[in-house]
Amino acid sequence: MRDSRKLLSAPFLFWAALFIIIPLCMVFYYGLTDKTGAFTLDNVLAIASPEHRKAFWEAIKLSVVSTVICLLLAYPLAMILAGMKGNHDSFIILIFILPMWMNFLLRTLAWQTLLEKTGVINSILAVLHLPALKIINTPAAIVLGMVYNFLPFMVLPIYNVLVKIDSNLISAAKDLGANGAQTFLRVTLPLSTAGVISGITMVFVPALTTFVISQLLGGSKILLIGNIIEQEFTQTNNWHLGSGLSIVLMLFIILNMVLSVVTDKDGEVNAL
Amino acid sequence: MKKLYISLIFLFLYAPIFTLIVLSFNASKTRAKWGGFTLKWYFSLFENEAILQALWNTLLLAALSALIATVIGLVACIAMQSMKKKTRALILGIANIPMLNAEIVTGISFMLLFISLGVTFGFGTILLAHITFNIPYVILSIQPRMKQLNTSTYEAALDLGANSLQAFFRIVFPDILPGILSGFLMAFTMSLDDFIITHFTKGPGVDTLSTKIYTEVRKGIKPEMYSLSTLIFAAVFILMLLVNHTPRKKEKS
Amino acid sequence: MAKTLVNLEKISKSYDGHLVLDELDLTIHENEFVTLLGPSGCGKTTTLRILGGFERPDKGRVVFDGMDITNLPANKRNLNTVFQKYALFPHMSVAENIAFGLKIKNKPKSYIDDKIKYALKLVNLDGYEDRRPNSLSGGQQQRIAIARAIVNEPRLLLLDEPLGALDLKLRQDMQYELIRLKNELGITFIYVTHDQEEALTMSDTIVVMNQGYIQQIGTPESIYNEPENAFVADFIGDSNILGGTMIHDRLVEILGAKFDCVDEGFGENKPVDVVIRPEDVKLVAPGEGLIEGVVSHLIFKGVHYEMEVQAGGFEWLVQSTHMRPVGTKVSIKVEPSNIQIMNKPASEDEEAVHLEV
Repeated sequence: MRDSRKLLSAPFLFWAALFIIIPLCMVFYYGLTDKTGAFTLDNVLAIASPEHRKAFWEAIKLSVVSTVICLLLAYPLAMILAGMKGNHDSFIILIFILPMWMNFLLRTLAWQTLLEKTGVINSILAVLHLPALKIINTPAAIVLGMVYNFLPFMVLPIYNVLVKIDSNLISAAKDLGANGAQTFLRVTLPLSTAGVISGITMVFVPALTTFVISQLLGGSKILLIGNIIEQEFTQTNNWHLGSGLSIVLMLFIILNMVLSVVTDKDGEVNAL
Repeated sequence: MKKLYISLIFLFLYAPIFTLIVLSFNASKTRAKWGGFTLKWYFSLFENEAILQALWNTLLLAALSALIATVIGLVACIAMQSMKKKTRALILGIANIPMLNAEIVTGISFMLLFISLGVTFGFGTILLAHITFNIPYVILSIQPRMKQLNTSTYEAALDLGANSLQAFFRIVFPDILPGILSGFLMAFTMSLDDFIITHFTKGPGVDTLSTKIYTEVRKGIKPEMYSLSTLIFAAVFILMLLVNHTPRKKEKS
Repeated sequence: MAKTLVNLEKISKSYDGHLVLDELDLTIHENEFVTLLGPSGCGKTTTLRILGGFERPDKGRVVFDGMDITNLPANKRNLNTVFQKYALFPHMSVAENIAFGLKIKNKPKSYIDDKIKYALKLVNLDGYEDRRPNSLSGGQQQRIAIARAIVNEPRLLLLDEPLGALDLKLRQDMQYELIRLKNELGITFIYVTHDQEEALTMSDTIVVMNQGYIQQIGTPESIYNEPENAFVADFIGDSNILGGTMIHDRLVEILGAKFDCVDEGFGENKPVDVVIRPEDVKLVAPGEGLIEGVVSHLIFKGVHYEMEVQAGGFEWLVQSTHMRPVGTKVSIKVEPSNIQIMNKPASEDEEAVHLEV
């Protein structure tokens, strides 16, 4: 009977092979061949060309900055939420999931309205006689868009580990003489690393590879590596080059995945 | 202090949403200018067939992909229960790829697959892609509940004469039902909010709300989009409030 | 009498409008092993948490070694706690757990290493420095939790049901271990438990609590032999609690029979509660005792037999090494010194206590 139950995994395995494994192999196939089908590394090495290198570097820079900002904003928030009395799990998840029901593109576009030269925020600043913000169509606007879109993916994993920390451990640290800061650094923070790393992965990967946020908030001046790949597929139709660049991206992602798998062995953190 | 911090974060998260809601009542056609209060976009919305068609596509896609992903994911979770730890970890690892991988890479990988298979791009290709990236969210919701499951209740059911199907549907299923529902809901939401993967797997003539908005970005968004989004948001908000306010047993502190 | 270490003065505490402690007064002396004993919800753990600094009382003062520490945070108090489920830090090794408090106090490394060695030896776990808490058994984790607390050389060690999660045999071993530790270290222990046997075995002083009130304070012997009210009598050991009338000094009427006793000063024809321990009920041949009855139940308990005897309309619990089969006609006799007379509860509060039992 046990064996027959294992057979139930067949539909999934079939699906996974056809729609996860094979497509990924196709990316590698295209990325490592030229138009004649001959093996080449040119598409991967194309990342070193000045134009691509610039876009890649820009993407790394902005995604690292966004990830750090997300972490700094999310950790205290997760701590406050985890410290609230009673069980608020469903409410907290609701608060972060709810915005997703308003379309992602519209939500991001709304920031244009808010940030524009004569936009809402600047109108408010003008009333208060404060200098106007000029961040629309700059890297700062892209970072803001990334933080806005990916913040929930940082908050939820950290919240999930923090609520599971036994409050007696915190009491024990205090009992042994640790003050608030010492308790945080020696007990709370180390016990939440798995959540932090999971959060970093969940924010860094989409930020590194986005092409929409840069398009909507960066004007058309700032190209990230995601924009280049997207263009290769939808405009230039050079799938080989696009795939080659994607392989470079995937190396980063795999590195990230390995990191998150190693630190989250029980798969407990990602319970979104 | 804490309350101030939470309020600021929520202001940040919800400011664009309020903006969109306000825009849906804006009489001026451009979003840059406030032209007075109007409800006209709410009426013209229902005459705009392109938008309504995109809405229908989006909802159908979300419902179908979430449903199919839930079935595949649930069956996979049951199978994983009787597997060795290592095999289970491997399967979970594969299932998580579409979630952890960059959406753009997942998107182009589907595009390349469908091109090589010679499939016509359209509703079907989008559906297949959505099912695939929905499966990990389903597994992620169901699997932890499966793991906590008390196997002795299942065995007790068998002992009392139920066959394994009866035991599953009467004992195990009710226990993991919340996981299944939240997995379905999660998958539905993810599908609904997706743009990138749809962008790479859609064919000409088929649009979801996301891809429709994307093509409108350069020409200017039709105000009907704002009113539609507001309606969807309001509906979900009210629904969620109702679900959250159903009286629950007070937990003992 | 030893020096006073802790004074709890009129401590009150309530949660969500529910009063957990009501004007509690308690004095604890240096080098004493004090047990707070009572059913769950009696306020014993709250008392301990107030001492540890994890809760603030709504009213009252905590005086420790002559100093008011009511508002002193937990990390500034010269006392340590052994938590109910150990609360060992899972991300640290055994040695790191034990070193935690000393590192916080910036002690030199050589001092810390010596202390770890000493503490592990003391709890019979030498060589476990590099193990992870999760790889240890419950009993071992318990010892580490104790080691982690005592390396800080607290004046007072608070133990919150530390043996609750262990199985019976291990629990008994640990009881002796704790007594040994207390004697070797010469520090004051305040121990919280709902297990009366544990309390009787280990304590110098037992504080019996119920519903936020102290019911009785005394040595294990006095608590067992001279319970002050029905609650204490019932909670500590098995007992027969009967209503009776004090005819006059040294004579009490129970179930219509007149028993000689040794108590005086209750007045004449006063209603009282009478406690008779089951091992003190003597069964004799019919006609030779004061109340006639029949054995209705019989259980073999190892060291003795436990019987229920229907006599005078009351179901007597009797323990005896002498077995009498069910149906045997017997007569009941009690030595005067084994009859414990108690005043009826005066207030409604205490009445409620009685009923709940």
